[in-house]
Amino acid sequence: MSKQVVQLNRVIIRFAGDSGDGMQLAGDQFTSRTASFGNDLSTLPDFPAEIRAPAGTIPGVSAFQLHFADHDITTAGDTPNVLVAMNPAALKANIKDLPRGADIIVNTDEFTSRNLTKVGYAASPLEDGSLESYAVHPIPLTSMTVEALKAFDITKKEAERAKNMFALGLLSWLYHRPTEGTLTFLKQKFAKKPEILAANIAAFEAGWSYGETTEDFSVQYEVKPAPMAPGRYRNISGNLALAYGLIAASQRAQLPLYLGSYPITPASDILHELSKHKKFGVMTFQAEDEIAGIGAALGASYGGMLGVTTTSGPGVALKSETIGLAVALELPLVIVDVQRGGPSTGLPTKTEQADLLQAMFGRNGEAPVPIVAPRSPADCFDAALEAVRIATTYRTPVFLLSDGYVANGSEPWRIPVVDELPDLAVEFASAPNHTREDGTEEFWPFKRDPETLARPWAVPGTKGLEHRIGGIEKADGTGNISYDADNHDKMVRLRQAKIDGITVPDLEVEDPDGDASVLVLGWGSTYGPINASCQMARRDGAKVAQAHLRHLNPFPANTGEVLRRYDKVVIPEMNLGQLALLVRGRYLVDAIPYNQVRGLPFKAEELAGVIKDVVASV
Amino acid sequence: MSETVDLGFPSLKLVPKTDVKQSAKDFKTDQEVRWCPGCGDYAILAGVQSFMPELGLAKENIVWISGIGCSSRFPYYMNTYGMHSIHGRAPAIASGLAMTRPDLSVWVVTGDGDALSIGGNHLIHALRRNVNLKILLFNNRIYGLTKGQYSPTSETGKVTKSTPMGSLDHPFNPVSLAIGAEASFVARTIDSDRKHLTETLRAAALHEGTALVEIYQNCNIFNDGAWDPLKDADHRDSLTLRLEHGKPITLVDGSRGVVRGADGHLDIVDVESVGIENVLVHDAHRDDPSLAFALSRLSDSHTLANTPIGVFRDVRRAVYDETFQAQVATAKAGGTADLQSLLSGSDTWEIA
Repeated sequence: MSKQVVQLNRVIIRFAGDSGDGMQLAGDQFTSRTASFGNDLSTLPDFPAEIRAPAGTIPGVSAFQLHFADHDITTAGDTPNVLVAMNPAALKANIKDLPRGADIIVNTDEFTSRNLTKVGYAASPLEDGSLESYAVHPIPLTSMTVEALKAFDITKKEAERAKNMFALGLLSWLYHRPTEGTLTFLKQKFAKKPEILAANIAAFEAGWSYGETTEDFSVQYEVKPAPMAPGRYRNISGNLALAYGLIAASQRAQLPLYLGSYPITPASDILHELSKHKKFGVMTFQAEDEIAGIGAALGASYGGMLGVTTTSGPGVALKSETIGLAVALELPLVIVDVQRGGPSTGLPTKTEQADLLQAMFGRNGEAPVPIVAPRSPADCFDAALEAVRIATTYRTPVFLLSDGYVANGSEPWRIPVVDELPDLAVEFASAPNHTREDGTEEFWPFKRDPETLARPWAVPGTKGLEHRIGGIEKADGTGNISYDADNHDKMVRLRQAKIDGITVPDLEVEDPDGDASVLVLGWGSTYGPINASCQMARRDGAKVAQAHLRHLNPFPANTGEVLRRYDKVVIPEMNLGQLALLVRGRYLVDAIPYNQVRGLPFKAEELAGVIKDVVASV
Repeated sequence: MSETVDLGFPSLKLVPKTDVKQSAKDFKTDQEVRWCPGCGDYAILAGVQSFMPELGLAKENIVWISGIGCSSRFPYYMNTYGMHSIHGRAPAIASGLAMTRPDLSVWVVTGDGDALSIGGNHLIHALRRNVNLKILLFNNRIYGLTKGQYSPTSETGKVTKSTPMGSLDHPFNPVSLAIGAEASFVARTIDSDRKHLTETLRAAALHEGTALVEIYQNCNIFNDGAWDPLKDADHRDSLTLRLEHGKPITLVDGSRGVVRGADGHLDIVDVESVGIENVLVHDAHRDDPSLAFALSRLSDSHTLANTPIGVFRDVRRAVYDETFQAQVATAKAGGTADLQSLLSGSDTWEIA
């Protein structure tokens, strides 16, 4: 039976269920198929910190949102058109985000009086009329899955577990998604469990067939592929792109990659990923704590490796002293901070941008550290290469400030051609660099390159360059211990000048009409929502320009000039105004901060409203 | 060519050998040594500098890494590569260096505060991993650089600036701690006994894996005479148990020896009363660490009676940096590393 096919420009689907319901997996698979179909897309996984929070409760709800379209999009979307709610908790936790008329697919098997009571529903929302402005599709997902799998030699529990595949099959039918990739994925995942594999495939197919046959769904939807620049694409998450960026940088620098790390959400996936790639010479070390993680990485850098440590905000706090040592030693080191909600343990699985000032200033003494921030999941790849370029060129620790949103979110990525990646080759010192008055040659570990102010990187094992370095202040040039007042003043200023002098690309402004009087300035993962909101505001006639900082230390050289071009500068951030503080202090520009710390990315529509208000006030 | 004897230090087999004759002088730097006059560190520095040529290693392949404290100034005075790092973290930094550079001989210098207080975590994990590091722990039972507070090895009741009514802390026994942390090599020696110090350094250098050497060191400013009973000629022989592999464990004067009691614990008894043949013979290579641990418990932390000196434990087990590098080598041998295909993955699509 063929049903009517309706064309849509874009769709936002949210899968929601218990932590153990497999919603992330279903979402991932739907995303992969959508990516290979050629839609532009953006995802937002949103899951609890607990591995298995109490079943059926609101804190235990795990969700995955996918926005896909036939045009360029930059956010995971504000309001879902479709909610898949696997239980009453998932419905209750998400209903407030749905616009009237949205489709809700509910698993009626879970709407028992016990489960309803657990989340505070006095009556079933499926029956009390409270959902009448939505298109509700009540489906006994669990029992239909069990029914479809009764011929298999598996337990009832195993059969019930396949209900996410039933849901995925139904959604795949509803949105015309290709199925082959999902089947391939299942075959790989359950290669060693043929019975479970067959059951999952059967559940997926049962969901698909249900869509085809049921009268509940009268139409099927189609979202055409989006026009994208020619090339080969894949879908990629931020953490994966960041890990690949580090491997690529190591190859381009011809320095073995060494990761010293301690597990922490949401950064651990980078450790997991890099651990798989030893054949690229990648060495990973799970240390006893955050401090040892960075310490070992610094030791490896000293030995001529590309030393990297990965962590989140609480880990950065522990690593601060070692970062200061790296500043003093002037050795390359990359510190990846995948930011999460703070302070303290905060919101481990939610996103935030509140480590900017920690990265900027969180050390004793004058200890400047360059900061690079990716703007989207795929951009993590390029940002990693850039962080490595700065670290190795200027012999300095560098912060790579990602966050939970870009780390776990995903988007299509045009796969770069390896040979076109920047050449990051570095040279170790191999000979004395100073001649004494009596003509003897010697090695000065702190004699700087006149252009970059970088000191030589002389690795142990290099004959004739034996030298000692340490955290105590060093005499300019020789590197010997020095407590001299003038020397310290000079060294502090030299270290600062080195960082200030890092060459970074100019700040680019997007202002389609060229006559905007308001600039929206952001950094990091807010790029997508800011971009979407600026487009919305422009559609409504607001003249607004957008600029986004990748380099937060040093700022691009033209930043001040760009800021002064506009009557007003709005700075949206997922913190209480950290970039705004820096911008005000540095450029004396009275920027207008707009701040949210909700653990979630900005909603584009809300932000568009803020922007329009500012434009109207000019 | 070098005249040093190649002892074939197995732990240093990947470290390039020197092609010039070395002497203690070659390991001295032009930096003024800034320990207090009379500090025990001078004796250790001189001992190490005169021992180094024996290793026959290329000087540029030797690295000294330290934390913070008086002892941690050591690298500045060794004409090799060196890093004076931050408080307690030297084992972590040295681990990262040693596991990535098997061609280096990596030595750590630390003190009782650096290694056992702020750096306790890194020390125990380095020991259990068995990274190829030689850790010299200078134990003077006091904080010197911060001017005289009690340390984690200070005896209970010690009156210091921060403990005017006496310290409440029960001290660590560094040897017991190391054995409990799965150390494969643990030894103890004394700063003023050059011969024993050199023997102990040699044994440590021969060992494959982490070697912890506790060196009783005198701080003549803040804790002068802490180890005097073990140094002064009138008492030392009746207080010190000399551990030598394959020999009965007795006090240096031979009067008393170690026997195993009926319930398994160790006793110190008159040798004459039991006969020397019944005195426990030291086996440093015993896989089971319980006897080495029991030996470490014999000494009295106040009177220093029955203090064992020498190598408590020296066993072979997997060395972390070797297995670490072996995994990388296995992975490299197992397939070509094609970055382009890694980036592409298996699920791609083409847009024309």
